[in-house]
Amino acid sequence: MSDAPKPAAAAPSRAAMKKELPEHFRAYKHVWVMVELERGHVHPVSWELMGEARKLADKLDAEVGAVVVGAPDAGTREAAAESFAYGADVVYLVENPILADYRNESYTRTLTELVNTYKPEILLLGATNLGRDLAGSVATTLLTGLTADCTELAVDADKSLAATRPTFGGSLLCTIYTLNFRPQMATVRPRVMRMPDRQEGRIGRVVEHAINLEEESIVTKVLKFLPDRSSQKSNLAYADVVVAGGLGLQNGENLQLVRALASVLGGEWGCSRPCVQKGWAPADRQIGQTGKTIRPKLYIAAGISGAIQHRVGVEGADLIVAINTDRNAPILDIAHFAVATDAIRFLPALTEAFRARISPHATDRLAG
Amino acid sequence: MHIVVCIKQVPDSAQIRVHPVTNTIMRQGVPTIINPYDLFSLETALRLRDEIGGAVTVLTMGPPSAEDALRKALTFGADRAVLLTDRFFAGSDTLATSYALSQAILKIGETWGAPDIIFAGKQTIDGDTAQVGPGIARRLELNQLTYISKVTRVDVEKRKIELERRAEGGTQVLASALPCLVTMLEGSAEIRRGSFVGALRAARAEITTWSAADAGITDLLKCGLRGSPTVVKRVFAPSPRAEKAKQVEVKPKSRETADDLIEALFEAKPAMQADLELLAAGL
Ligand SMILES: Cc1cc2nc3c(=O)[nH]c(=O)nc-3n(C[C@H](O)[C@H](O)[C@H](O)COP(=O)(O)OP(=O)(O)OC[C@H]3O[C@@H](n4cnc5c(N)ncnc54)[C@H](O)[C@@H]3O)c2cc1C
Ligand SMILES: Nc1ncnc2c1ncn2[C@@H]1O[C@H](COP(=O)(O)O)[C@@H](O)[C@H]1O
Repeated sequence: MSDAPKPAAAAPSRAAMKKELPEHFRAYKHVWVMVELERGHVHPVSWELMGEARKLADKLDAEVGAVVVGAPDAGTREAAAESFAYGADVVYLVENPILADYRNESYTRTLTELVNTYKPEILLLGATNLGRDLAGSVATTLLTGLTADCTELAVDADKSLAATRPTFGGSLLCTIYTLNFRPQMATVRPRVMRMPDRQEGRIGRVVEHAINLEEESIVTKVLKFLPDRSSQKSNLAYADVVVAGGLGLQNGENLQLVRALASVLGGEWGCSRPCVQKGWAPADRQIGQTGKTIRPKLYIAAGISGAIQHRVGVEGADLIVAINTDRNAPILDIAHFAVATDAIRFLPALTEAFRARISPHATDRLAG
Repeated sequence: MHIVVCIKQVPDSAQIRVHPVTNTIMRQGVPTIINPYDLFSLETALRLRDEIGGAVTVLTMGPPSAEDALRKALTFGADRAVLLTDRFFAGSDTLATSYALSQAILKIGETWGAPDIIFAGKQTIDGDTAQVGPGIARRLELNQLTYISKVTRVDVEKRKIELERRAEGGTQVLASALPCLVTMLEGSAEIRRGSFVGALRAARAEITTWSAADAGITDLLKCGLRGSPTVVKRVFAPSPRAEKAKQVEVKPKSRETADDLIEALFEAKPAMQADLELLAAGL
């Protein structure tokens, strides 16, 4: 059941939709973003959300609050300063050694306490592992509504948050309201929203909040943190150029053609889900609803049909090129340019053509 | 050891069709499956039981036809199955769903012994929120361990559990306590095939079916539409892009076609050439 609307029941009786906010919720004001700080590193999705929060707050004539939670160290301070640069008016800062590592219990207690104390009207989190883990338990603790994986956030005529998200695997969109509860909570996946410009020197107010946490009362302990080897990391979600292959490439070896083009373009490579299922590529290369959302300047899809689950992950690209033998493939509905040809033959030619156009010296270097 | 696994029956979403005029889902004839993510949790639960002993109870809330999902889980080797079904649950959002499931889990505990671990899936493919697991954990005040790639050790006597959790940029190695709620990451376990014997057993097995009242749920204001703070105001189809892709003419020589394509791209986005030159130079 969850958030999936039952279409038959989506419109009726609740169409009355009384938006009578109970008295005790009227004091809730301002738009907050939970800044996702892990091991001294802020997840860029937090700044993407800050951009959205700014737009919502301006419409509501409210402030943007950034929640920065972490150990008392330089990384936490830096995250607070950066929050202003990306649009926050106020930073709610909680520094405590117990908050050094993300743990559900300590973070849920902290964020819940902040909400109950300072009463935001809207609370946004990234739909990352951390954000989803935290949002679910905070919303349940507060008994308020939470809309996951939103693709559009707006303020409607009577000032409530209209959160739009794909449903049924992206075949439909639905707009969800949290009528009589506050805060209105939503998560958004990385790269769905545009990164706002950083404003150097912008500052604001810091509200330092001391929280009473005792290590003994927190059951879960982090024994170790094993960082990913850098070779394992793909920067797919944040790449400016992405080249991806699908089943049309016929076999796993041909994914090499995609990697070669990506490398000449200084970009990242990816694939459709069946390629992962067949073991042609690791899971973190998958693009789409159950993989990564990308927002590159250029996306080249070779031998990918463009099923809805793939499409929802790539729609944010500025320019989409489809290489597909089928002139009626659904990918053509979202692509800007299409080449109806055999990708296995065409990719090497395209790689060479790009090499000649954008890095004329590379050929000599490689030849040597 | 007693393990409860929450599974959901979902439409096989690749096959969902949307009615072009009314924008409603055409469910007729759409096959249903166990939510694929739940299988990793079920598999992990079954392995723990096989190793340590005890029983696995699978639980689902849904229409009577969700029984199929439970039978499938029995085929894989679950010991018993509970179907929570009642019209009062219709229209539940994640908050209401987590309430109903948490009450049913309490009832399961009263009936067959308190669970040591409760598993949920990482997320569903229809609701797709990843909220119900955390919701159940909060309602039952359990430690919540999500995105787990591996359950390393369970010590039922000492009430301890060790696991590995996927975090941003690395893996957290965690120690926590039983009872707890765990959601497993996809790919975290090789999923078994159901056996023929298992299928026979499952076909004959009795499925415990509870209404809200059977599960001891008296506060119906927390259920279904009334217990759901979120409302769906509008359902609509994504608007297609106004124009279809421009076909680049395919010339006999691939290289010529490639050059034409690049020309077309640079014409459409004049800044692109400079952008690509910088990227290619690794800047
Ligand atoms: C719950 C769920 C979640 C999903 N999540 C995702 C997801 O996150 N990402 C994702 O990608 N998919 C996802 N899928 C799968 C999705 O529905 C499609 O099945 C998948 O995207 C198809 O992959 P494909 O385009 O590579 O293969 P196909 O659909 O088989 O398409 C192959 C294409 O290649 C073309 N082709 C064939 N030969 C050539 C050639 N020589 N040169 C050029 N073109 C050629 C064909 O015309 C065809 O269009 C999901 C499905 C479900 C049910
Ligand atoms: N109706 C349900 N019955 C049983 N378990 C459910 C139900 N809905 C959600 N769950 C569990 O909660 C997980 C997350 O669901 P969701 O929040 O919808 O993404 C699922 O993988 C299931 O394990």
